[in-house]
Amino acid sequence: MLSRIVFVSANAVKSSSPLGAGLVQLSHLHTSPNSQAPVPALPEKGGKTRHGIIPEEIFQLLYPKTGVTGPYVLGAGLLTYILSKEIYIINHETFAAACMGTVIIYGVRKFGPDVAAFADKLNEEKVQKAQEVKDLAMTSLAQAVLDEKKEQWRAEGRQMLFDAKRNNVAMLLETNRRERVHMVTNEVKKRLDYQIALQTLHRRMEQEHMVNWVEKNVVTSITPQQEKTSIAKCITDLKVLAKVQQAKATA
Amino acid sequence: SLDRFPLGEKRLMDVKLGELGSWLGKRDFTPNGVLASIRNGHDRYYNKYINVKKGGIGGVAMLLVGYVALSYMWEYDHLSEYRLWEYDDLRVPTTYNIIHLKAL
Repeated sequence: MLSRIVFVSANAVKSSSPLGAGLVQLSHLHTSPNSQAPVPALPEKGGKTRHGIIPEEIFQLLYPKTGVTGPYVLGAGLLTYILSKEIYIINHETFAAACMGTVIIYGVRKFGPDVAAFADKLNEEKVQKAQEVKDLAMTSLAQAVLDEKKEQWRAEGRQMLFDAKRNNVAMLLETNRRERVHMVTNEVKKRLDYQIALQTLHRRMEQEHMVNWVEKNVVTSITPQQEKTSIAKCITDLKVLAKVQQAKATA
Repeated sequence: SLDRFPLGEKRLMDVKLGELGSWLGKRDFTPNGVLASIRNGHDRYYNKYINVKKGGIGGVAMLLVGYVALSYMWEYDHLSEYRLWEYDDLRVPTTYNIIHLKAL
């Protein structure tokens, strides 16, 4: 029970003494700095002791020869021997030791389990924190793996992107070609229209010139003789028309 | 069955009683060897009684009892003045008790 607190605080005093618990433990678990073997788990319970101070091995050693009470008889005999031969001297400190022993045993019996539970809780919290860190790391790494797979899938879609880009470029080229075709058509049409306009102009000019020339010639060819006869004819025609008109009006 | 192995490499419990002396002679008493044996003993005790998930009081209690016993042994010469009787004769008190009885 006390050893549990020792272990809990062992890490704190690890660096304070050269033979500190943690250092010794660490220096003997992995002999090379690169070994990847998992650290073996701690044993659940320590070596068993009878009444707290006598290891169980003594009892197991003496059991075949002396049975269950052997070690107790051994203890009683030893006690008698050292008392009678005054290897242990009864003095004033014996009383002090007896009082302290009583108090210690009473305290351990009464508060032992509570302290043990408290130390266990501390250990539990530590382990839980480490486990949380490990779980967090695991989930984040798994998520990273998923993200990586997704990125790989996305990279496969690049082909579609390239196709779209190729289509874009082809469309641009097509548009350019059509624009140029239109331009060519327009230019050719303009030139042809010009030629047509030129020809019509020629024809009109020839026509007008011819008409003018014919008119001029006709006008100059009207002799005064013809003019007089035509005027007389006109007058007679008018008179006839007037007569016809009068006749129509009175009729 | 353990006779084939050289003496210096056997463990204490496997050594026969008659060859105990020669086994002791073969042990490594250089400073490095002594330190190594101290460290080994410390490791064995520590890993058996203290470096466990649910240790009991035995791990620390045995160390304290050992400390008490060792300090008693170192103080024995001084404490022997306070003996209650001389040697095996319970009737003869020691010097200390004679003085105190006389004072009474």
